[in-house]
Amino acid sequence: MHRLFASIFSLVVALLTTACAAPADLDLALTHATLEKKFVVTLQPPATPAAINQIHSWRIQVASPTGVPVTHARIAVDGGMPQHGHGLPTRPQATQELFDGTYLLEGMKFSMTGWWEIKLAIQSAEGSDTVTFNTVVAAPVVAR
Amino acid sequence: MRTERLLATTLGIVLLVIAPGVSGLAFGTGNPAPPPRDQWSATEVGVLASLRLSQLPPTPSDPSNAFEASPAAIDFGRRLFNDKRFSQNQAVSCASCHDAKKQFQDGLPVGKGVGTGARRTMPIVGSGHSPWLFWDGRKDSLWAQALGPLEDAVEHGGNRTRYAQLVQTHYPTAYEKTFGKMPALPGAPVDASPTGTPTEKAAWKAMDAGTQQNVNRVFANLGKAIASFEKTLAHGETRFDQYVEGMVRGDRGAQRFLSPQEVDGLRVFIGKGQCVTCHNGPLFTDQSFHNTGVPPRDAGKPDPGRAAAIAKVQSDEFNCLGAFSDAKAAQCQELRFLTTDDPSLVGAFKTPSLRDVALRPPFMHAGQFASMEEVIAHYVRAPAAAVGHTELAHGAPGHTERKPIRLSDQEIKALVAFLGSLSGPVLEVAARK
Repeated sequence: MHRLFASIFSLVVALLTTACAAPADLDLALTHATLEKKFVVTLQPPATPAAINQIHSWRIQVASPTGVPVTHARIAVDGGMPQHGHGLPTRPQATQELFDGTYLLEGMKFSMTGWWEIKLAIQSAEGSDTVTFNTVVAAPVVAR
Repeated sequence: MRTERLLATTLGIVLLVIAPGVSGLAFGTGNPAPPPRDQWSATEVGVLASLRLSQLPPTPSDPSNAFEASPAAIDFGRRLFNDKRFSQNQAVSCASCHDAKKQFQDGLPVGKGVGTGARRTMPIVGSGHSPWLFWDGRKDSLWAQALGPLEDAVEHGGNRTRYAQLVQTHYPTAYEKTFGKMPALPGAPVDASPTGTPTEKAAWKAMDAGTQQNVNRVFANLGKAIASFEKTLAHGETRFDQYVEGMVRGDRGAQRFLSPQEVDGLRVFIGKGQCVTCHNGPLFTDQSFHNTGVPPRDAGKPDPGRAAAIAKVQSDEFNCLGAFSDAKAAQCQELRFLTTDDPSLVGAFKTPSLRDVALRPPFMHAGQFASMEEVIAHYVRAPAAAVGHTELAHGAPGHTERKPIRLSDQEIKALVAFLGSLSGPVLEVAARK
């Protein structure tokens, strides 16, 4: 089931990616170890992808390498479009810890389709580390 | 459960993307027809489909303007928009620069009110979709935007205290029908404003806080009425939209809406020209700010654009978080999550819509280019920016991973021809809510 979904998803991405194509080998995983392996971070996009230019929220889960939720972390958010040389159109912020190790990321917005980077700098009692996620925003195709 | 729903949605999208291709193939069965003149891949149809007017969502409601859907506000706003008394010399109305006969702009390199401005008059149609107003986005709502030119020394050149009294004199009924009781302005001077001439500033300081507040309230409501009217102005369907609707349906007859040269230009637009990167969506704009190295009008005075607008919009007493906004703080998301310190904001200006673009030379934020050919030549040349850094690639390694735009003369001509297909009527539609 998941594999089927994954292959359909990549087909959709392949079909919808526009002129400025993202690299074919882009790592779109939503769970990553941070650069120095201090944390494992999972990004949770909204269940229904937000429309272009619509401000929306994501969730960030921060855990130790052994899977223990990391509480009271401070998370700085940055990002942009590496192919265009501009940053995010908003300054998203991790505004609250919803429950242990799960943070609300508010103010996300994508102003165009294509490859976006989401960079997180995490600070907690366990130390500081950074992680970069890739996401490809597809063109909305809506029925008439 | 959620996976299944996602799967269903995704399958739906796949079918929608594939459908036009499938229906295109169906033409061949039974009744052999000549191959279609214009061949588009499913990916290309997906991009074209995202640009058609029918994909434009209803204009988002502005929580900071509680009156925008009120017919009384729209009617009052239309009258104010055309009223020349709201200016320092009684000769300038909003309509002076935003001429309904010229798609609500003036065709001049820079605006001319009671004096000469520094930037190009922007078209109003569809601006209810913009989170940020003006070329630099120094206002965060259409109503706050409308207040700017009224007090700008070279536009209307008047001041809020005079305007509030003009409303009391000329529009007491229209005002009260929309906004309720007109506040009293006892002892208010004729001319006073915190942003005006030294004399006006001094007069403002001498006013009591209650009267200042009442003047500000009436002034803010003027903006809300004007914005309510402006929000009724919408783009009508163009030849481009008719063409794309046909391509999406698999209706070959719709090819007649664009000439072969215009179709060539459309291919450049969504392909090697990279225009669609920023000019995306049904309004052909990402509503964002970019530095593309457009030379300043006055070489001695490079315009910092968006970078200089951040502090202005944050400190604007008429912004979404201000005392005259009807929004709850939580609704002011754009302001709350405003990018304040990105170096790419330096020298950046808003991506303009390209609907009706061929009808409104000269182009760019200060009318720097007289023709669309000159604009495209600029994007091909990709010069260094006078202030900040251009996002355009020069072909030099290490700048960005973006590719330089390389177009032949023929491709430039085709692109210009295509842009001409984006002209359509301006409609006045009742507020949608």
